[in-house]
Amino acid sequence: MGLNDDDLVKMYRWMALTRRFDQRVCELQHQRGIPELQHASIGQEAIGVGACYGLRPDDVILPSLRTRAAFLVKGISPERQMAAMYGKATGAGRGKETSHHMGDRQLGVVAGSGVVGGSIPVGVGVALAFKLQGKDSVCLTFFGDGATNRGDFHEALNLAAVYDLPAIFICENNLYALSMPISRHLRVENIASRAAAYGMPGVTVDGNDVIAVHEAVQDAIARARAGKGPTLVECKTYRWRGHSERDVKQVYRTSEEVERFKALCPIKRLRDLLVSRGTVKPELLDGIDAEVAEAVERAIEFAESSPYPSPEEALNNVYAR
Amino acid sequence: MGGAAWLRSGFAVAVSQPRLLGEAKIRVGAPSRMKEMSYREALHDALVEEMRRDSSVFIMGEDIGKHGGTFKVTEGLIEEFGPLRVLETPISESGFVGAAVGAAMMGMRPVVEIMFADFITISMDQIVNNAAKMRYIYDGDMAVPMVLRAPQGAGVRMGVHHSQSFEAWFAHVPGLKVVIPSTPADAKGLLKSAIRDDDPVIFLEHKLLYSVKGPVPEGEHLVPIGKADVKREGTDVTVVATSLMVHRALAAADRLQKEGISVEVVDPRSLQPLDEETLVASAAKTGRVVVVHEAPGPYGAGAEIATVIGKSAFGYLDMPIERVTAPFVPVPFSPPLEDFVIPGEDQIVAAVRRTLGLAA
Repeated sequence: MGLNDDDLVKMYRWMALTRRFDQRVCELQHQRGIPELQHASIGQEAIGVGACYGLRPDDVILPSLRTRAAFLVKGISPERQMAAMYGKATGAGRGKETSHHMGDRQLGVVAGSGVVGGSIPVGVGVALAFKLQGKDSVCLTFFGDGATNRGDFHEALNLAAVYDLPAIFICENNLYALSMPISRHLRVENIASRAAAYGMPGVTVDGNDVIAVHEAVQDAIARARAGKGPTLVECKTYRWRGHSERDVKQVYRTSEEVERFKALCPIKRLRDLLVSRGTVKPELLDGIDAEVAEAVERAIEFAESSPYPSPEEALNNVYAR
Repeated sequence: MGGAAWLRSGFAVAVSQPRLLGEAKIRVGAPSRMKEMSYREALHDALVEEMRRDSSVFIMGEDIGKHGGTFKVTEGLIEEFGPLRVLETPISESGFVGAAVGAAMMGMRPVVEIMFADFITISMDQIVNNAAKMRYIYDGDMAVPMVLRAPQGAGVRMGVHHSQSFEAWFAHVPGLKVVIPSTPADAKGLLKSAIRDDDPVIFLEHKLLYSVKGPVPEGEHLVPIGKADVKREGTDVTVVATSLMVHRALAAADRLQKEGISVEVVDPRSLQPLDEETLVASAAKTGRVVVVHEAPGPYGAGAEIATVIGKSAFGYLDMPIERVTAPFVPVPFSPPLEDFVIPGEDQIVAAVRRTLGLAA
């Protein structure tokens, strides 16, 4: 699927919205505290946007802990996400879970597990259902580099391969599993090389290049829809902030390293590309920045003015009957 | 060889089996025509009927295709339903149980066979953290209508990793249902109900029950989840038993009847939800309770049953509640060791006599 300027501007907006959302939540966390502990995706926006842009309504995503952008592109509004972070009744799930693990049946968002790697087999099951139902829908499952060491990663990818499932596995490799650098938690240069162990294609892309991410995922989607099975797409990126907003010191890495990677900002790179081509004016992008800032403020107001669920709701909806 | 001795020997051979239900009165629903069949056949029939009835039902597990499953429950299914609806899996319990969760969330009804209940431990994260919690996470706008079936239990000389009973683990997790049928009729009726249930159901079979025969109502036969069954009416002592232990309790009751002791045997059939009403009513009637299960005593299902009865029937009890269970050890392999740890008819008889204040 070719991307025209209109698409690229939309993708810019999604990334800018994601960035602004996470920035403001981090500020609020430190200023006055909000119930949920933020795990900022700042720096990684191109992956969720590139992967999810252009998905069909019948496609399903299973976001990771840190894929804010995927929830937004798939259609969970900033208001509902912010309300979810505050644990309000107007948030996705009415406060039953944090916003890391929102689910929305109509929008095709499957809730991820708080156990790193535990979602990957579930994503395989979604793809299995599509195959059994004769559909050509696809399931995108997101996870970080750390999750690829879980047994569930191994079992899930193997299952997807032996059943030729329409499952796309997207690894957000930000070079750290919490405090552990990739050089110490695995021995392969590229996580995509693990795909060979399962007999499926693996591709490594610059995860800060939203166009490259989009193209790689679209290729994988086309294969999957044609019944040719799963793909592992590794997107190399970098996390600007700590693992969570409690991890402020980040003793495991240097500020020089962080600054070096900030220069590879995915949003700045797209802006530079659009402006250098001359077809999109910087003022247009500035306008988008202002608009998304407004949207996030509205989301905060919405969340702060929303009621909490009543305490007794804690007892609801454990069983269907 | 009498029924009780056969049970203690621990060999489940597919030759003609004694009717192990003795003179127990079997309560069934309206249909009066019965067919004699084994527990294995009853499960098989339930799967075939539900798969014919609803195309979203499919089965997953190791060696369930041509091989028919390790305990031959799924024999013939792949020939009728094909290799997608009878989906054979690699050795990946965590992976394929998690996949069952995802498939169920998308509207399918997977029935997962785990070869031995001991292997469910591999998939505990998928069961406890995904299957059990998805509905809650979506605040009700989601369902995980899957069934996970596995054979529990000892007596087959297969050692520590092939002989365990884990019903208490699952009954303790909000979001799961747990059923544990003891007869062919209950096995068929509960499996059909479990498949139609919109919640994740852990369906616990017993290796030594597969060849046990019993009457099964013809036609559509469903047993509701959450309803206990009085397998034998009595007036002096209530024995609450699950799975294989129901049969040992009935044998013990036959023996005690000869001494003029009237034992009521109650089979919970479901542990989650638990039919407290039936259990408490029986305890209130008899005033004496013995709970029997094969799993070790501490923190077992008997602890919950005893507490529920102890609270609601407190004023009616004449003696403290007794538990007859395995000791707090793994299940050993060598025949005399294994036979020593599995609760038997003698221990049940002794417990009943103790609760009546009689000499052992």
